[in-house]
Amino acid sequence: MTRVLVGMSGGVDSSVAAAMLAQAGHDVIGVSLQLYDHSDAGRIARCCSPEDFLDARRVASQFGFPYYVVNQEEVFSRNVLDYFVDEYRRGRTPNPCVRCNGDVKFEALGRLAVDLGATQVATGHYARLDSCPTTGRRRLLRALDAGKDQSYFLFDLTQEQLSLALFPLGELTKEDVRREAEHLGLATAGKPESQDVCFVEGGDYREFLRRRSERDRVLEQDGDIVDSAGRVLGAHHGLSGFTVGQRRGLGVSASRRLYVVSVEADTRRVVLGDESELSAAALTLTGVTWLGSDAPGAPFETLARVRYRHAGVRCLVVPAAGGTARLTLLEPQRGISPGQAAVFYDGDVVLGGGWIDQVERSGVTPAARLSAGKAEGPRDGVNAT
Amino acid sequence: MKGIQMARRVYLDHNATAPLLDAARDAMVAALGRPAGNPSSPHAFGGAARLDLESSRREVAALLGGDEHEIVFVSGGTEADNLAIQGSARAWTAAGRAPGHLIASAVEHPAVIESCRYLESTGWRLTLMPVDRAGRVAPSELRAALRSDTALVSIMAANNETGALQPIEELAEVCRAAGIPMHVDAVQAAGRLPLDVRRLGADMVSISAHKMGGPVGIGGLWVKGSRSVKPLLLGGGQEARRRPGTEPVALAAGFAAAVRSARERLADSSIQRLRDRMERELAGAIPGLVVNAAGATRLSNTSSLTLPGVDAEAMVIRMDLAGFAISTGSACSTGAARPSHVLAAMGLNRDQSASTIRVSLGQSTTSDDIETFVPALSAAAAALRGAGVGGKA
Repeated sequence: MTRVLVGMSGGVDSSVAAAMLAQAGHDVIGVSLQLYDHSDAGRIARCCSPEDFLDARRVASQFGFPYYVVNQEEVFSRNVLDYFVDEYRRGRTPNPCVRCNGDVKFEALGRLAVDLGATQVATGHYARLDSCPTTGRRRLLRALDAGKDQSYFLFDLTQEQLSLALFPLGELTKEDVRREAEHLGLATAGKPESQDVCFVEGGDYREFLRRRSERDRVLEQDGDIVDSAGRVLGAHHGLSGFTVGQRRGLGVSASRRLYVVSVEADTRRVVLGDESELSAAALTLTGVTWLGSDAPGAPFETLARVRYRHAGVRCLVVPAAGGTARLTLLEPQRGISPGQAAVFYDGDVVLGGGWIDQVERSGVTPAARLSAGKAEGPRDGVNAT
Repeated sequence: MKGIQMARRVYLDHNATAPLLDAARDAMVAALGRPAGNPSSPHAFGGAARLDLESSRREVAALLGGDEHEIVFVSGGTEADNLAIQGSARAWTAAGRAPGHLIASAVEHPAVIESCRYLESTGWRLTLMPVDRAGRVAPSELRAALRSDTALVSIMAANNETGALQPIEELAEVCRAAGIPMHVDAVQAAGRLPLDVRRLGADMVSISAHKMGGPVGIGGLWVKGSRSVKPLLLGGGQEARRRPGTEPVALAAGFAAAVRSARERLADSSIQRLRDRMERELAGAIPGLVVNAAGATRLSNTSSLTLPGVDAEAMVIRMDLAGFAISTGSACSTGAARPSHVLAAMGLNRDQSASTIRVSLGQSTTSDDIETFVPALSAAAAALRGAGVGGKA
């Protein structure tokens, strides 16, 4: 009987994952991570609340496995909340869920697994794992349910973390999971899907950023709203409300549709432009990791996803020294924001990925206009899970 | 429901709550078996309930050497602390004075510190007294912190995390000499060591039933003589106008039985012998083990142990899986560990604090328990130390 640590959020997915493992006869230990102090203001509503922990505890009791809540507030505050605010300070759009998975969740659960003699760490993520037939290293794959696939959020896991990981839901659809939850009579069967980032109540990022950066208020300093030629179109009262690709709430009136093209932290300028100016031709990445193999020695063509649920774009990846890479997009893409992750796929296999550091705009070309397509930028700057 | 298997478990977390004593359960069952009556009712049912309640009150007062009319029954230690501090502050301002100055030690229970912090937000000033390496407030420092507008000093008798005893009589003497009232949180001390409120020289003392084997849901605040403490709740004149609400007669009966039993055991040093033996054996088995507050006189049942290089949260889980209930000493309502303000005030750094567990024995603890616990903890400490993997975080 293998001992498996199951990270439980109190939601339906991780509940089903834990229940399935327990039913299959594994020695399951359920663990929830307390990431945020709820006594402090009650402004976090969605996830890791005492009610969610109670739901997880009920599932554990139903299947007779032990369950614990472990404090990770400090690590979460440092690695996710500080990062989140710092990225906005730099005019970038953070992806806290990717950071949280690698630096908080799988890190803490992995350490605890070793401490408790567990050989695997399971979660309710929709993704699959296998071993590379040539290198033998663990690889991350897209979930069978393409609509639920969460591999994008997991690209930054280390080989060590992947070797412990177990994703029991990878072969299931969300419908399967719901049915299973009802079939098992789980307390969490009817819980609604999580949508927002867990620590921002009601999606109000500005309010969160304002509270979080109260000391220096950098994010609340006034600045200019300009067009790409540098002409001042208006003024803003803080950078935190702006994300590349954003169209609403810009506070300027113009005869044409304007979008946020870039956010310049050092000059506190928000640059607007029309749709064509949103188009990116190339990206530079930092913090690039390779999952199933060593860093490729030569440029190669692949598919990159530049945000969650992005259909992907063909690109040429040129790996460079120091965990960096340059991506030439084979067709220009709209609304790519520095701070988000670019994740490379070969079919279902996640090859690796990195953090978007700079976006080179393609400028106005007929080709760019044609291929701009309907892809929206990250609506609220971040996407969850 | 499979539930949690409770068989063959060893309970070493008595400072969180102690198992209900048979005597307390019997007393409650007997009280619940008598005809129901509200002690405030004029009829025979009410009269019988009143007699029941007051005989329990006498019993509880006797534990502290106080007068029975000086005991206010409340819901527990937390309410007792809140009533002592906020009720005193209300009485202070009700007398027409501007908000004054409060003193508490930095190692108090959150019920005390948060009550003080709350008052601070309403215009009171607060001094949190530092403590020495063993968790004690120096009487001379307390004397220096007193001000002409100091309305109350609140210092605990024994610390819940470390068991360290404050030099409470000397501290009370400092207050008495300056004419400043003193509240003593004796939730952990009451029933475990002799407490005589007259000799102590305190003005208010908080106690709780379930830390000494009584039921959860009842505690007491001893208030000296006619000292004015305004109620925090409104809606009735019960408990000498200090705590409205129909009195829980059966809980009080259980409380009284636990007090009776505790008084009979005050001279019994068997728990201390077990605790000392445990510490000795663990010190021999676990390299680098530190017994916190060892420099102070401590409660006879409590051990705060720093195990260098061991994650205390993982240790608590590992021990629970092995059938032993211990604690990190400071926890959220979810069960997650919380960084300890007590250990921080004593000068422990974050790593030391995160490697600290609390083992608290009680009347139910047997030498068999300790004989199995010591090797289990030692083995777990060795395993956890070996498990330490480098992390990104």
